[in-house]
Amino acid sequence: MHALVWIIEDTWQATIAQAAAYLPVDAEITLLHVADTEAEAVARAARHGLLGRHAPVHAQEDQLRAISEQAAAELLSDAQSTLGRPARCEARRGRVEREVVAATEDIDILILARDGDRAHLGPRSIGPAARFVIDHAPCRVLLIWPDPAPPLTTIPPPPEQPPPPSAQSH
Amino acid sequence: MSSGLALALALVVLALALGVAAARPRYLPVSAVVGGGLLVAVGAVGLSRAGDTLRGLAPTVGFLAALLLIAEGCRREGLFEAIGAVMARGSHGSAQRLLALVFMVAVGVTALLGLDATIVLLTPVVFATAARIRTSSRPPVYACAHLANSASLLLPVSNLTNLLAFHDSGLSFARFGALMALPTIGVVGVEWVVLRRFFASDLRRPRKRGGELARPTIPRFALAVLALTLVGFALSSLLGIAPVWVAAAGAAAITVPALRPRTTSAVALARAVEPGFLLFVLGLGVIVAAASDNGLASAVRDVLPRGASLPDLLAIAALSALLANLVNNVPATLLLIPVALASGPGAVLAMLIGVNVGPNLTYVGSLATLLWRRVLRAQDTDIELGEFTRLGLLTVPATLVTATVLLWLSLQV
Repeated sequence: MHALVWIIEDTWQATIAQAAAYLPVDAEITLLHVADTEAEAVARAARHGLLGRHAPVHAQEDQLRAISEQAAAELLSDAQSTLGRPARCEARRGRVEREVVAATEDIDILILARDGDRAHLGPRSIGPAARFVIDHAPCRVLLIWPDPAPPLTTIPPPPEQPPPPSAQSH
Repeated sequence: MSSGLALALALVVLALALGVAAARPRYLPVSAVVGGGLLVAVGAVGLSRAGDTLRGLAPTVGFLAALLLIAEGCRREGLFEAIGAVMARGSHGSAQRLLALVFMVAVGVTALLGLDATIVLLTPVVFATAARIRTSSRPPVYACAHLANSASLLLPVSNLTNLLAFHDSGLSFARFGALMALPTIGVVGVEWVVLRRFFASDLRRPRKRGGELARPTIPRFALAVLALTLVGFALSSLLGIAPVWVAAAGAAAITVPALRPRTTSAVALARAVEPGFLLFVLGLGVIVAAASDNGLASAVRDVLPRGASLPDLLAIAALSALLANLVNNVPATLLLIPVALASGPGAVLAMLIGVNVGPNLTYVGSLATLLWRRVLRAQDTDIELGEFTRLGLLTVPATLVTATVLLWLSLQV
């Protein structure tokens, strides 16, 4: 079995702990981190708006990329040592949700954490990136709560019964 | 040369100069200086008029150079590293707290050191801080990009557009700041509310605190120079000193001590004042003067309202924002200043609200920049920033109206 464990900054410890608990000992494991390049693109665009002041822009571009790559490498290395089992590390860059789906090729199971509002049970506990991945992954998906799941009482009450259609009263 | 032909020529030269600025910044001074020179040579603008324009712009260009030196001095003294360390510690690993700190810092840096400092010096530090505390870099980086524009209303030194208008506005430094204080607070408030909602899913995730972070070294000298410069600006009209001299004194105070122990070189300093860009501004001034004199100014005069009523100010702000989004806000300001000046300080400040806040709509600051980058295929790895435009559509109309209403209220006092 080849498992892909997608970790994000906020919840990687819980994701790794649950992956270690659920995956069989002989599972082949790949740890994935995707660095979102949107912030870098925004920073670059803002500099182009300066109308030529403080050129060249490329120096800063490289600087931001290096920061981002180093952060990703450190995160993956922390995750690997927390996992305590042999695993391959994969660092990707780009649009997060697309890159994660692209990485699921030839994968049997994807493990990911909810990335939205974790105080309530419900659809908002999944953010836009995880939602896209869950909807598009061509493999089995194990979706975890990074913290203990909120109680069932956090589900809102069912909507009021609609009044019976007036046609039936005849 | 007929004025119709001269206007057409001036507009072509302006478009080419902007294109070079957008796509090939290295040739930027050449493009504006050659363009301006060409317009003088063919008689589209008189030699004496060109001379007057240059003389009028010279103090502003000097002012900008002094501010760039102060910002460079602050960088050299480690101000931005200290800011990064303070933010990393103060955020306690929380994305919400980091965003709040970035708001405070970006408003302060933009107001005191100008939008360039926020974009060039603060943004990389913010990016690194987000990476260090392991949280999403999108909210704080978007906040920097937006606040560099929208918090640049406050002081004459916060934006080159303000400097360009300030020189002839007849306002004192303190009066400018007093009138723009409420609009700035309003604009920052709107940005805070919109960004918090926009990035709700990035900010909602609570997380545990990471390891201990190093205590920052506070660059006392740089902060003292900044504080004294600000006091000097505030008192400049009372003392009868032009603010440009205060800026020059601040620049000297932070630069001269660094020359002696050779922590910096003359070449590094010369580069920091952006001589190419300063030449570009002078050349652009002549090009815009040629276009203005041959019909563009009267066209602007016909469109721009003259009064200081709230609807007039709103219209001025909206039209200025529109123009800033078509061409960049620097040429837009050069074009609008003479007309706005005739209508008094209220109109000038409303115009500044438009040209400063407006560029948040297009992510590279103007459609002209965007188009030229496309045309000249200089977009490198530009991705479609639909997200940026969506955020701009949410904030720009709201910030324009809020700031202009608050400006109008401030003018009534």
